[in-house]
Amino acid sequence: MNEQKAENILEVHDIIMAFGGLMALINLNFKVAKGLIKAIIGPNGAGKTTLFNVITGAFPPTEGTVRFKGQPIQNLKAHEIAARGISRTFQTVELFTNMTVLENVMVGCHTRTRSSFIASGFRLPRVKREEEKIRAKAMETLEFVGLAEKANEAADSLPLGERKILEIGRALATEPELVCLDEPAAGLNETETQAAADLIRRIKERQITVLLVEHDMKVVMDISDDIMVLNYGEMIAEGSPAEIRDNPKVIEAYLGGEENDA
Amino acid sequence: MLQIRKLPIIVFALLIIAFPWIARGIPGIGNYPDIMVFAGIYSLITIGLSLLMGYAGQISLGQAAFFGIGAYISSILTTKYGLNPWICMGTGMGVAVIVATLVGVPSLKLRGHYLAMATLAFGIIVYIIFNEEGEWTGGPDGMIGIPGLSLFGFQFNSVEKYYYLVWFFVFAVFLFTINIIQSRAGRALRAIHISEAASNAMGVDVARYKIMVFVYSAALASLAGSLYAHYLNFINPSTFDLFFSIKLLIMIALGGMHDIWGAIFGALLITFLSFEWLHFFEEFEVIVYGLILLGVTMFLPHGLAGLPDMVKDWLRK
Amino acid sequence: MGVVSSPPSLFMLKLKMEKISLASQLLQYLITGLTVGSIYAMVAIGFNIIYNVTEIINLAQGEFVMLGGLIMVFLHVAAGLPIFLAFPLTIIVVTLVGMLLDRLAIRPIRQPSVLTLIIATIAASIIIKGIAMFIWGKDPFDLPAFSGRSPIDFFGAVIQPQYFWVIGFLIVTVVLLTLFFEKTIIGKAMSACADNPDAASLVGINVKQMILLSFSLSAAIGAVAGIILTPIALMDYNRGAMLAVKGFGAVVLGGLGSFPGAILGGLVLGTIESFGAGLIHSGYKDAFALIVLLAVLFIKPSGLLGSVEITKIKKF
Repeated sequence: MNEQKAENILEVHDIIMAFGGLMALINLNFKVAKGLIKAIIGPNGAGKTTLFNVITGAFPPTEGTVRFKGQPIQNLKAHEIAARGISRTFQTVELFTNMTVLENVMVGCHTRTRSSFIASGFRLPRVKREEEKIRAKAMETLEFVGLAEKANEAADSLPLGERKILEIGRALATEPELVCLDEPAAGLNETETQAAADLIRRIKERQITVLLVEHDMKVVMDISDDIMVLNYGEMIAEGSPAEIRDNPKVIEAYLGGEENDA
Repeated sequence: MLQIRKLPIIVFALLIIAFPWIARGIPGIGNYPDIMVFAGIYSLITIGLSLLMGYAGQISLGQAAFFGIGAYISSILTTKYGLNPWICMGTGMGVAVIVATLVGVPSLKLRGHYLAMATLAFGIIVYIIFNEEGEWTGGPDGMIGIPGLSLFGFQFNSVEKYYYLVWFFVFAVFLFTINIIQSRAGRALRAIHISEAASNAMGVDVARYKIMVFVYSAALASLAGSLYAHYLNFINPSTFDLFFSIKLLIMIALGGMHDIWGAIFGALLITFLSFEWLHFFEEFEVIVYGLILLGVTMFLPHGLAGLPDMVKDWLRK
Repeated sequence: MGVVSSPPSLFMLKLKMEKISLASQLLQYLITGLTVGSIYAMVAIGFNIIYNVTEIINLAQGEFVMLGGLIMVFLHVAAGLPIFLAFPLTIIVVTLVGMLLDRLAIRPIRQPSVLTLIIATIAASIIIKGIAMFIWGKDPFDLPAFSGRSPIDFFGAVIQPQYFWVIGFLIVTVVLLTLFFEKTIIGKAMSACADNPDAASLVGINVKQMILLSFSLSAAIGAVAGIILTPIALMDYNRGAMLAVKGFGAVVLGGLGSFPGAILGGLVLGTIESFGAGLIHSGYKDAFALIVLLAVLFIKPSGLLGSVEITKIKKF
């Protein structure tokens, strides 16, 4: 076990997110411990992706603060948050379909590199050097996620499982300290789900904190250190997998939903 | 991997250099170098437009305005104040950059039809200004007596000399733009085309890149406008109307929006069509342009530059 | 006060400056503005009908107006048909053009992206304009006013009888359309398509036919606008683009997709244009509508009656 004091890499205080009259997130308060895998679960429409959007800067919260490594980030733009060290994947896999697998990951390297528009136009030596570094880093990332042989294939020619892995790889290329994965196992078969779960574990081994939205309970229970349950925008439970599994409120939130569908 | 091959570029350069010699030898195309001057001027605009629309996925139906800004700034400053034409050219580009930023920033949140109409409205407003501010621009009658260009005493006072000047610029801009496309910035633009959300999440400052590529296209159009004014020695607002902006669109659609070569093909073809091949059918000119645009939209969505791939796909079947 | 140089294409009458007070002048601008605004409102309604059913913005909308005017000139002036025959015949012809537009330029597109549709409708508008130029040349044409040109004095402002026809036709169009969409089965089917095309086709509504119908209806309304406009402002082959842009300005000002918005937007836009041209600078007349369009797009794209949330969700 680690000797260092448990440090919180992300702290969310009193977040409220309202879209017109619709309250998507209500008084959310939670912390994400550094180096661990925290899962966010809850029925559909509970606000999980909205929460991701707030944390990663897609839009600012109506109220409340988000602190990353102690600094408030809730009013920063998405690309600034990426520069600070948070990256993400999307529920609807948002790969750059006009590029190859390698190029997609190279875009991930954008935030850690600097060659400007004009300098690129003149193809200055430092631009060429940086481009080499980007390519090397991207290949290394592809090797880490296991897609190196497909580097020069069109990104949209990959099957869904590999597209999701690619998206994770792209997020890793930003050299994040916290990565937010939005339903990495959705739509995947057994093998693919296993591959995704293994990858997430290996990400944790690199000391990258993982925040994970997921519906596949087996995956959640297997790999999470910590789970948070959302329902209708509010947190109804938080704790270890064992605690959550037996939590009556959580059971009711899921089962209650099923009964209402009748 | 998006790699623009070097061999075609070298062939292209050689053809450009050799063209006037070839034209001198073949009867009937003696005026082609003159048409090529215009084709080159329009290529400067279409290269920028191709980067903006084809690669970055934005829209501008108002490029004629920047073309006009370059032309008028060059004309006004050289005729009324006798300033050095090259400085005026730079000033024109500077003004275009400022105007593009002023229009581009509030347009950042617009997409699709809204963006198209905003740029279209902007283009028409500038055109109206050219027509109305007669004191500066000469109004509907235009301006005459615009000087030619010279460099360290060497005068670009023949068609062939101007041809080489213009195509030198085209080639330089072409290479510069290719470098951008194959770089980190180019990837950022292509990423923005597909998903602004994902681009932002990867640290791409989407707003800044959208402004940059719009400003770049505006600067190029302005450069083209200045070169145009110094070639014809005369300009007139009707050149910079909405229909010209649409003609530019036809050029890149025909050539192929998603390929930088398409910008040049399209400019060449439409310029020759306009000056030379449609001369007999002037009444049909507008209809032909419309049919080309519609035909390309339906049958050649990637333009002529996309033909090789289309043929490959068809052969595979 | 100064002299107002009225472009002859819009203001047929010269005002006798010595006898007109400021209040009368303002009233004049208002009346002219509402009249022109009614035309913009009709163009805007045409845009909205197609948009509501297809989410397409038909940039060729202005060409329907142009054709309405020119074809009416041909039938009534050149061929000598009486108005009560030429009017419906013109509408039928322009409606056919609208149907051809859908069939030949829109429907065949296999991968309809926003940009592709923009380009397709621009292409169609150029083709129509080119054909008009070929047939009618570049000169503007006039139509006799429906009930003569004796101006009516109204508190110092002058009203052309034709203005009543314009506003009258706007009202008739609005009433007929409202009845159509709310009371007839086809109209309700079209509204259903606008709301939810998938559900509509599930209950047996032929969505493709509804799209064709929306183009036809828009073309017809455009034609009417062109016919009633020509006696006031003449018509030439090139007017379509400007009318389309201003009509779009009215659409956006009122709120895209909103029927009352189109009317409000059109009238307001026409009034702003009229006051701007009269009070500030008549050479910039066209620019005022464009500036309003830009201002709306830059500040509140959802317009006066539109909803901000819906605008954000819209596909484009």
